[in-house]
Formats: sequence, C-alpha cells, structure tokens
Amino acid sequence: MGEVYKNVVCPFCGCLCDDLEVVVENGKVVSTKNACPISKTKFLDHSKDRAKPQVRKDGKLIEVSMEEAINKAAQILKESEFPLIYGLSSTESDAQRLAVELAEFIGGSIDSTASTCHGPTIVAAQGCGAVKCTLGEVKNRADLVIFWGCNPAEAHIRHSVRYSVTPQGMYVRGKKERFIVHVDVRETRTSRMADMFVKVEPGKDYELLSALRAVIKGYEVGDVAGVPAEMIKQLAERMKGCRFGIIFFGMGLTMSSGKHMNIDAALRLVRDLNDHTKFTITPMRGHFNVAGAGEVLTWITGYPFAVNFSRGYPNYNPGEFSAVDLLFRGECDAALILASDPVAHFPIGASQHLAKIPTVVIDPKVSLTSLIAEVVIPCAIAGIESEGTAYRMDGVPLRLRKVVDSPYPTDREILEGILRRMKGC
Amino acid sequence: MLIKNGLVYDPLNGIEGEKMDIFVKDGKIVESGDGGETIDASGFVVLPGGVDIHSHVVGSKVNLGRLMRPEDHRKDPVPKTEITRSGVGYTVPTTYITGYRYALMGYTTVMEAAVPPLGARHAHEELNDIPMVDKGAFILMGSNHFVMKYVAEGDLEKLKNFVGWLLKATKGYAIKLVNPGGVENWKWGRNVNSLDDKVENYGVTPREIVRSLAKVNEELGLPHSIHVHCNNLGSPGNSSTLIETVGSIGAEMGGPGSGESTNETLKGTAERIHITHIQFNSYGGEDWATISSAAEEVAKTLNKKKNATCDLGQVIFDDATTMTADGPWQHKLYKLTGNKWYNSDVEMEVGAGIVPYTFKPKSLVNAVQWMIGLEVALLVEDPWRVVLTTDHPNGGPFYHYPKVIAWLMSKKAREETLGKIHKSALSRSTLPSIEREYSLYEMAIVTRAGPAKLLGLKNKGHLGVGADADIAIYEFKENDIEGSFSRAKYVIKDGEVVVKDGRIVKEHWGRTFLVNPKGELMDEMKEEFSKYYTVSLDNYPVQPEYLPRCEVVPCR
Repeated sequence: MGEVYKNVVCPFCGCLCDDLEVVVENGKVVSTKNACPISKTKFLDHSKDRAKPQVRKDGKLIEVSMEEAINKAAQILKESEFPLIYGLSSTESDAQRLAVELAEFIGGSIDSTASTCHGPTIVAAQGCGAVKCTLGEVKNRADLVIFWGCNPAEAHIRHSVRYSVTPQGMYVRGKKERFIVHVDVRETRTSRMADMFVKVEPGKDYELLSALRAVIKGYEVGDVAGVPAEMIKQLAERMKGCRFGIIFFGMGLTMSSGKHMNIDAALRLVRDLNDHTKFTITPMRGHFNVAGAGEVLTWITGYPFAVNFSRGYPNYNPGEFSAVDLLFRGECDAALILASDPVAHFPIGASQHLAKIPTVVIDPKVSLTSLIAEVVIPCAIAGIESEGTAYRMDGVPLRLRKVVDSPYPTDREILEGILRRMKGC
Repeated sequence: MLIKNGLVYDPLNGIEGEKMDIFVKDGKIVESGDGGETIDASGFVVLPGGVDIHSHVVGSKVNLGRLMRPEDHRKDPVPKTEITRSGVGYTVPTTYITGYRYALMGYTTVMEAAVPPLGARHAHEELNDIPMVDKGAFILMGSNHFVMKYVAEGDLEKLKNFVGWLLKATKGYAIKLVNPGGVENWKWGRNVNSLDDKVENYGVTPREIVRSLAKVNEELGLPHSIHVHCNNLGSPGNSSTLIETVGSIGAEMGGPGSGESTNETLKGTAERIHITHIQFNSYGGEDWATISSAAEEVAKTLNKKKNATCDLGQVIFDDATTMTADGPWQHKLYKLTGNKWYNSDVEMEVGAGIVPYTFKPKSLVNAVQWMIGLEVALLVEDPWRVVLTTDHPNGGPFYHYPKVIAWLMSKKAREETLGKIHKSALSRSTLPSIEREYSLYEMAIVTRAGPAKLLGLKNKGHLGVGADADIAIYEFKENDIEGSFSRAKYVIKDGEVVVKDGRIVKEHWGRTFLVNPKGELMDEMKEEFSKYYTVSLDNYPVQPEYLPRCEVVPCR
C-alpha cells in the first residue's frame, strides 16, 4: 500500500479540480481517483518522456550537466539584444514572477499562451469590462448555462459535473433545474448535454451575438448567422427570463474571425442582460495556470500579456509584443520558452524563426519545441513534483501539491539560477 | 542610529514639536544609543511613519482594476533603477510602485481593506510583492453565507467560532463589512435600501448583521473594530443610513457599551465601529440635483458617539478607479456614467465591482463630495477618531494624501480650490465658513498616531521606547505643505534608511500583521462547506508559505 494524497489539485486544465486522490508507491504515482482521463494520464505518466539537460553542439543536441545547460541559457540571454520569454501557463505563480523579473532584467519581451487563446478576451474586457463570477456561483444559482464556441465535454471534462450542469447547488439542484444551451458551428459531445443546440455559421458569431442584443433591446430581427429568427427570439427570452445566467466561451469565439470583437459583443450582451436579471460570463481557460500568468504579469507590470521592457518600464501592445508576431516578423534574436510548447501550436513561420535563433526550453518533458532548441533544461512538473499557486479559470487561487520527488529542479530554481548567473556577471 | 535635533511630533506620547534626539537599535526605538549612523534632522520635523487604515492595493479586485485600465497605465510608466523595480503608477499602481510611493511620502504601514476570503491567497501573494511597508488584510464578511445563517439563527457562539476560524484561515487582520446583506442580494441582481430590508433567502437585515459582528468582534477581542462600508453608499440622502448604522452599535444590545462611556471603550468591552470612507455616506438631498452635504449632522453624531470612528475617503479632483465589494453600487455607477464596468461575484462570500471615474471640480456632485470629506474632518472635534484616507483608488490615488493634508492645515489652500469648483456647490456645505486649521500635531494624529491606535498596533504610530523604528522626516515649509509631505527627506523603516531626499535608497521587505483569535470550524459548517463551495475545505485555508514575514498581533 502506497502513500495516499487527498484533495490534490489537478495541474491540467483551467478547472483546477481539487478533489483528486493520488496514490504513490516507490516515488511513482500508481493510481488516481476522481481524476478525468486526461488528468489521470498526466499523473500516471509523469515519469515518461522526460527531457534531459542538453546543449546543441555542431547541430546536435548533446546531453550535458544541469550546470552547463543553465550556464549556456544565461549566456544566450546575456548576448541577446531583443530576447523573448514565452509560455508561463503550465507552471506555478512563483516561477511566473521570476520570469517577469528576468524579462525586466534583460529588457526583453514577455508573453503568455493567452496571446494565442484568450488574449482577445482580455483585450475586449479592457474595452468594456466584464460581468464575471466564481464557478460556485454557477453551481449554486445558475438556471441557464450557455456554452458558446467551446467543448467542455472533451476539453474541460469535469466542468459539467463539478460546476455547470449536474451539481447539486444551493438554489439549483442537478440538471433538471438547469437549462443548457450549446452554441457552436457543429454538434459535439457537449451538444449532447444541451437542452438546446444552436448551429451558428462559421465566422458569424458576432452577428448572432449582436442579433441577441438587438432582440433583448426590443428590436425585431430576421434569420441571422444561419439561425432562424424564432430560435434567436426564444434564446433571448430565455436569457432575459432566467434567474441567473452564464455564458462559458472558448476558442470558437476568441480565435474565429472577429476575435476580440466577438468577445466585445458577448460581454456587452451580458452587460445589457443585467438590466433584466443576473447574468455573467466566464472564459474557459485552457492551461491550468494561464489565468495565473495574467494575474502575475498584471500585478507586477500592469499588463496581462504581450509586455516589453526595452525602455526599462513595461510597455503593452498585443500584435507588437505578442510572441507569434515578434517571431513571425523575425524580430527577436533569442527566446526562453517556459511551460509551453509553441512549436506544436504556432504557425509555421513563427516556429521556423524559433528554430533559427538560440532558443532555451525549460520543460519537464520532451516537446516539439525542445527538439528545435539550443538548450534544453528539464524541470520538475509543477503540481506533481513541486508546489506553488495556480489560478482557476475564474481567478480562484489554489495551492498545487507535491506528491513525488523530481530528479530535476523546479522552474523556480532554474529561473533563479539563470538570474543569479546574469546578475553575477 | 541617532536622529539628532529634529522637531519631534509624537502625539501618542504627548510630544508636540519638541527638539529632541531619537535613538534606534535593531529596528526599534531605544532609550539611548551608542554610535552608529547619525542623521542631522536640524530644521526638519520628525514623525512616526504614516499608517494607512484603508486602501485597496492588492487582490483579485485591484488586479482586475489594473487589467482593465491599460489606458491609465500609459500615463505613468515607472522605469527600473539600480535599486527599484519597474511598473506603472497612476490610479491603480502595480505592487512594487505601490510600496515605493507609500514610502516616498513617509508611510510605512498599509492595510488592504477588502479581501474576499476565497481570494485571500491571491491577496497575500500580492502583499508579498509590495516592498517597503508593513501590511495587513481586512476580510469581507458582511454577506458571507455562514455569517448570515448564524445571525438569522441568533447563534452568536457559532458566529464567533466561524468568524475566528475565518480570520485565521485567511490570515486576515480585521472584520470588514461592505453593504452588509446588499451584496448577497446583488447575486440576484437586487440590493437592500435600508438597515431593515431583508436579505433574500436568509431573512436577516443589515442591522442585525452589523450588530452581531460588532458584538462578536469585541468578544473575540480583535485589535481593530468592525470596519464598515455602509448600505446605500454613494446615494443622495444616505447620511440617515450612516447615522442609523452608527446608532445601532452599542444601543439595545444591552450590557456594557450601550452607553457612551469612553472608559468602557478604552477597557475594550464596548462595541466599536469604524465607518470607512465616510464622505461617500454623508450625503443630504433627495437626488443628484438636490444633493448636499450632511457633514454637520454626521459630525454631530460622531462627536456624541465615542465608540465610533471614521476615515475620510476624501475626493481628489483627478482620475480615479472606483472599486468596492459593493457590487450593486458599482452597477449603479456604471449606469450613471456609461464607463466600462467589471463585476466579480464570489461564491458564498461576497462580490465586487470596478468602474473608472473622474472627479471634476466643475461637476456639482463632485464638488459637493470634495467639500464633504474635508468638512467631516474639520467638524469632528476629536482628531483621534478621524483618519485621513482617499479610499484609494476610489476617491483618488493615495499619493495625493499631501494635498489633503494641505487642505486640512490651511484655509488658504481650501479657498484656492473652493475658487475653482462649481459655484452652486458653495451653498450646499458649511466648508467655506469653517475657520479650523489642523496643527502639525493634529495632522500627525490623523495620518499616523490615530490609525495605529484604532488598528491596535501598539508598536506603530509613535516614537516611544519599544516602538518599531518607522520614522518619517520632512522639511516642513508652511507655504508648501503639499510639497513638504510629498517627498520625505528621510524615511527609516525598521531602523534602516530606505528613503533619502525623496529617493528610494534601499528596498526593504515589511511584515504582514495577523490575528489569532479563538474559533474552530464545527462539523455542520464542514458539511455545508463541502456541499456549496467548489473547492475542498483542505485547500481553503491560506498556507503558511504565503506568510514568509509575519507578526501576530495579540487580541485584547
């Protein structure tokens, strides 16, 4: 019988489920309870595919000592004139704080994965604000739940059970007391949980959101975005008539045509609805601590992502200092990638530039980015092998746990090492 | 360390402008010294470090305020130096800049006035990134599920248990109430409009919540009183709500404290109440067109009621970012202004709202608001029961405190501003006719000695032997009061010089103050917790890792 850890916080998605039971034997996770399949795999496979300290020599990644890898990383950043620090989302907030300090120290740019997922959400909120709430408010009160452009049944697997569809809340109990709507370009497993599916034409979300706003303000509309007028009216009536409504939205809204304007329309729709009833909206954040990256950057620099320190103070400009744009234009001359795998997700042009410049990767596992790197520094897995804070998709902070020892130092220790070396010389 | 020949103002020890030497050793003020650094303070005034009793500097709501105002930050970028980190200032400064700017004006202790329990971990993370000052966190309880449940059941024992436990679990310092009951109703899109309106589903009234928490506060022996943001904040005619709230404490509850005995207040048996940002709750009139000052009436109430204290929430004519846990008020302000609006409700506990705002001298309402804050400060006779604040960043950013000091100390400074405001405002307040000018001694009371005393911080706010060596030294110029207090000549924090000639010379890390009252969670609370929260009880209390530097302040 191994050691049992209870109420462990899951370091996978923005749901940050904190009721996991993890059993450890001989320094390895052998089983989990309450974990979704993705989480379970992350825990059980924690020791698989681990990265090794490597430095590229004559075009080949050669295994070296940790010391040498960290020295090389410091040297690359030191010699760079316009470096980029990118990622941050899959580590804890102390490491994120150090990453910001490093960016400030070297006068570089720093960006989180938010710039390629919910960046538009942030930009829209900066324009008009947002009406948000924690997930417990949804569990206890929401009788109307709308999933828009997201697929929690496959991406945020326990969201529906813990927060939004089936839980027994204080004032709403179970699925029968909630009305669930799914708005998307196609039916998915999420549509199967829904009482109403609204099929929107791809790229027409802005139009549909605007039509709903119009109906709620008392105007007549026809068919919009492939949705019949009658259905729009019905949905608008439900929104106005519920006691507590919420929209959860995902990449379908942030990364389709219109981007932050889609979110702007959604935020304003929700704002308008508060003239009639209580209505809220919350983004479905992906990585378990991408929300934390935004919090940390904001309290230190004032800005949530796409920040540059070239002038000695923080400057913010998505499109100018966001990672994809910096890379695509070939502007940065070195990169430090922390807790993310951009090569797996970025457009090819951006990835090509990453491969061209000296890139340092800090990652517990072998990733696509680590394969093109100049230096690879393996680290402990935050939330399994090291502690720290993570922020849930609704901003609730929780403390990640350490359940097994790591052969490698934590992100925090590695960044401290790099900073020490740079300040020392 | 020796601070030589300064003109010392130390109200808690009755010292008013005496030329004397102060000795410092190991971060404390001591009787006599044996060498070390000597600071020649000849011609300077020497004061205890400033204490801010109410400011919004960290946590989920403040950070949303930062997030939503990039346009604001661009007006005030702050570059890094050899010693200090970079950031932004203006209305919602970043954590580092917050610490530096407080220190530059000689403030060394700051209380974050509104922390939702579920977000306490976040608040402490940010507090740990505020350099220079000591700090603490007030915990929001006025619309907490368990609080309202036990108030409804009339079970003060359970309430006491819960409150004590919650303060320990959140590593908080004091009990904060914001629009008690109204914030719960806001979760259904509604509010309460009087002290006797019912909170939906709970059946309790704001009056019962305030009175019960006031009682529990004293039974737990907490160093500070309950800290109250009243119902109906921001609305014309709301002074009656404020006066009723003050009146509800210590009356009818029976037992000690029901009278107005100063003795009992001092012995710590009477119930106390601190009304925060009193300006926002001292409005007469019936609507925005007829709004007027009710400061005279409010001051009269405070002059009579010795167990009530207040801070100002003074308005500054400048940009502000309003942010409170008062969700329904923030929604109203959004509807009034059309400015952008953030709302953030927290399960089982509280909510928050944020709306950018600009106070303009030519706006009638803003002009009246500006007059009220100063009027209260000048009409309340006892300076020990008034504290200077702007409710940062609601009335304006904290670094404008020296402006407020100038208005309080100089009728001429007030007249200059009175000449710039909306003319119709002049007849709606008694401010133009008030002659009183604060002395330096009184100024030292409302900015350091008083708040330290109200917070129960025995080692703060004075320069007696044993006090923390937090000292501010200013070059005081009568013809430039604002300038005198904007940039301290020297600031000493825990015995080290951290500011010299208006510049940060050393980054220093202060401590976080906590309380450790009695109170344990009972089984029935645990059961309900697991039913309705979305986090496990195990993961709820703030872990010791978030308090790397802390000090427990004993209960009374």
